[in-house]
Amino acid sequence: MFTILHLAIIAPFLAAVLVPLLYKFIPRIHTGWFVLIVPIVLFSYFLTYLPDVSGTGSVIKTFEWIPSLGINYVAYVDGLGLLFALLITGIGALVVLYSIYYLNKHKEQLNNFYTYLMLFMGAMLGLTLSDNLIVLYTFWEITSISSFLLISYWYTKEKSRYGALKSLLITFIGGFALLVGFVLIASVTGTYSIRGILDASDQLAASPLFLPAMLLILLGAFTKSAQFPFHIWLPDAMEAPTPVSAYLHSATMVKAGIYLVARLTPLFAVSAYWFWLVTGFGLLTLIWGSLSAIRQTDLKGILAYSTVSQLGMILSMLGAGAAALHYDSVDNNAYTVAVAAAIFHLINHATYKGSLFMMAGIIDHETGTRDIRRLGGLMTLMPISFTIAVIGGFSMAGLPPFNGFLSKEMFFMSMVEITHFSQYGMGSIGLLLPIVAWTASIFTFVYCMILVFRTFTGKLQEEKLPAKPHEAPFGMLLAPLILVALVVVFGFFPNTLVPAIIEPAMASIMPELAQTGSFGVDIYFWHGFSPELFMTIGVVLLGTIIFLVLQKWSSIYAVFPDNRLFNQTYNRFLEGIERTSYTVISWHMTGLVRDYFIYIFSFTVVLLLFSLFGTGAFAIDTANMVPVTPYEAVLSLVLVGSSLILMFTRSRLKAVISLGVLGYTVALFFVLFRAPDLALTQLTIETVSVTLFLLCFYHFPQIFDALKETKFHAANLVISVAVGLTVTLIGLSASGTRLFPAISDYFLENSYKEAGGNNVVNVILVDFRGFDTLLEILVLGIASLGVYSLIKLRLAGGENK
Amino acid sequence: MKYNDVILQTVTKFISFLIFLFAIYIFFNGHQEPGGGFIGGLMTSAALVLLLLAFDMETVRRAMPIDYKTMIAIGLVFGVGTGVGSFFFSTPFLSQTFGYFHFPVLGELELTTTLAFDLGVYLTVVGATMTIIQTIGEDK
Repeated sequence: MFTILHLAIIAPFLAAVLVPLLYKFIPRIHTGWFVLIVPIVLFSYFLTYLPDVSGTGSVIKTFEWIPSLGINYVAYVDGLGLLFALLITGIGALVVLYSIYYLNKHKEQLNNFYTYLMLFMGAMLGLTLSDNLIVLYTFWEITSISSFLLISYWYTKEKSRYGALKSLLITFIGGFALLVGFVLIASVTGTYSIRGILDASDQLAASPLFLPAMLLILLGAFTKSAQFPFHIWLPDAMEAPTPVSAYLHSATMVKAGIYLVARLTPLFAVSAYWFWLVTGFGLLTLIWGSLSAIRQTDLKGILAYSTVSQLGMILSMLGAGAAALHYDSVDNNAYTVAVAAAIFHLINHATYKGSLFMMAGIIDHETGTRDIRRLGGLMTLMPISFTIAVIGGFSMAGLPPFNGFLSKEMFFMSMVEITHFSQYGMGSIGLLLPIVAWTASIFTFVYCMILVFRTFTGKLQEEKLPAKPHEAPFGMLLAPLILVALVVVFGFFPNTLVPAIIEPAMASIMPELAQTGSFGVDIYFWHGFSPELFMTIGVVLLGTIIFLVLQKWSSIYAVFPDNRLFNQTYNRFLEGIERTSYTVISWHMTGLVRDYFIYIFSFTVVLLLFSLFGTGAFAIDTANMVPVTPYEAVLSLVLVGSSLILMFTRSRLKAVISLGVLGYTVALFFVLFRAPDLALTQLTIETVSVTLFLLCFYHFPQIFDALKETKFHAANLVISVAVGLTVTLIGLSASGTRLFPAISDYFLENSYKEAGGNNVVNVILVDFRGFDTLLEILVLGIASLGVYSLIKLRLAGGENK
Repeated sequence: MKYNDVILQTVTKFISFLIFLFAIYIFFNGHQEPGGGFIGGLMTSAALVLLLLAFDMETVRRAMPIDYKTMIAIGLVFGVGTGVGSFFFSTPFLSQTFGYFHFPVLGELELTTTLAFDLGVYLTVVGATMTIIQTIGEDK
């Protein structure tokens, strides 16, 4: 049944249809105001689901789409889905609000913008609230497409088009891998329903398809969530308008991969590969992103790499959380904290990263540049933006009293805890995990400081700025202010989120553990002198030192391989594909019919000989053969002789005449084998065709006379001998094998009885199989009309007659 | 030099008539003896080609003002027509039948619906070959 929940999920799609109409007919009001209603209503609607999903509860509504294939639009709201739905609609509302002030009503094509944005929002809601893998995949690809459209929103800029294409190619490769992975899973478990698949997880774990499915799905998740080394599309996607960057490329779309990893954790987490791949790639991305962010000079560039890095961090926590599933209950289970940290950080990242992007957009809007080398000293001019940047930046760096501090503490805690884990061969290299995490956090701290202090403190360089800087209008500041307010609120009262959102989401990720009791998540600032606290203190101290002496050591970056390496690889890969396919095509598609005949014949010979001898079908049975008479022997010699002349002659006239001899000999064979109708027809037709050949050669241009002789090619000889041999062998084998009696006895018996004719051939032609004859005379008619129009109709060629 | 082909033309007048007769014989006899619409049609065109060789194109056209392209169409209509005709008797497409009838002068004769179909083949073959030959022959 189609319920209100289904309607809510696809409501943005309906809104996308209405947007162009509103834009056209009500041009006086900024279209964004109408659009704003949609996410606000949806956000309030999804808030009402909070009680339903508390604990391990969930809401399932089914609407049949393709029931015969087991593909139904099953809306499934549980803790994890609801968390994402609230993020999507909540941040969506703020982004729409921000975009109303960011995009100019007169200069921009708002109808395009809001249509794409609504498409994206609907797809994202559908992705996170779907129980069916195929439906999930459908929405997954719509997010890729709408993201492509949004990145190339300013399609007249070349960089926008490049970034859009890059993100599309990378996310589509992942998307296809994902589809294959889904199909593999469904082929083992027999269902596309996520709940059904989780129930059958033992079955999948025992299947040989477990590892391929896992790798393919991880490829999909990693490409979407910009994990190393697929992160290269995200910095180029920063050519999109800033509201898009804030929404898609920090808060929602890039978290689709994380959603998928979290959703399928109960299915795959039994495997050590999963743990190592997710945690390993997460940490690698974390440190790579944080190191690369320091190098950037563009505000959005820094934010893009910081997003990459933070996504890696969330993913590594989810990977570490997989260890929790090896315990039977939540009591004394230290690894559930990693999952709690992942979810908490997911929320935190969405809040502060959204606000930072909006801050970057404001700076761009008010000063005309996003280059930190030109910026500086904006603190007194733009105090509210500065406040936003400080709160967002410090939260990202993991400083108290903001929410980033709490989630970073939990991150360290989980990374320290995981070293005690006894499985997966943790003992040898397990200690690396907290060290990498800690190092990456130091660099995170450094780029956060660069972001805040390089932009707002120091000397104002007014002469370098394209516009005179001043504080942004209040409407533009409203959305980031709400987000940083949330950063502070979640920082001081994190436990308000725990029962309503975090624990239900944890229950979705670890359903079996959720049965045994409450997770008992308790987030607080002060938890004694634990290793985490010292790690944070170390981060702040070292980070401050590194930031202060940044000028002295940043030249090291010149030797450190940068992102260009991967971009070059990507570009070379594309060029390579293009060049290779061009080479391959121009190598074998020569345009010469002779070459194509060689392909066709050699393929036929290989295929036929292979199947003839491969299947043991080759057999020569002489039992059914009739003795050869002298007439037949003589005629065969004539036949062979004329064929040889035809092949080796250097004169065209001789060739035509020997072809005629060939034809008349065949007619004689028909006489000999008692086929008078065939003999008559063959004689007449041969005469006509020889005449036509002569006609053609008579009209050949003089220039061809120089090319009279046939050139010898060894390859042609080999292939033609092979073709002849193949056909002969098949003919011999086929004539020796007769599986069924022939139908001809029936014709002989019934020709007069049924059709009143004694000429069996003619009776077959006009009566028994008259339909073939009807179409053959049609062929004849078409051929003659073709000749007529070829000769009479001369449209091109310039010869006006 | 002016040359004269009176022998060719005289012989042709006689021979082509014989070929016509032979073609018609072969056509009507096709159901019982070797022959039929196809070979009959080809022979008829042979007779016409002989005429074309002996006389020029204009003369033949004046003597026999036939549009061979229309002839193809008529032939195909005959072919399809016999097929469609069998629908009137609630039989499948292209069902043929035959019977013996008594005619006043000719006596008892076998008549068959395949004759109409064969006539279609005959006309199409004549039309097609003559269209091809005439078109190519007229091409400068």
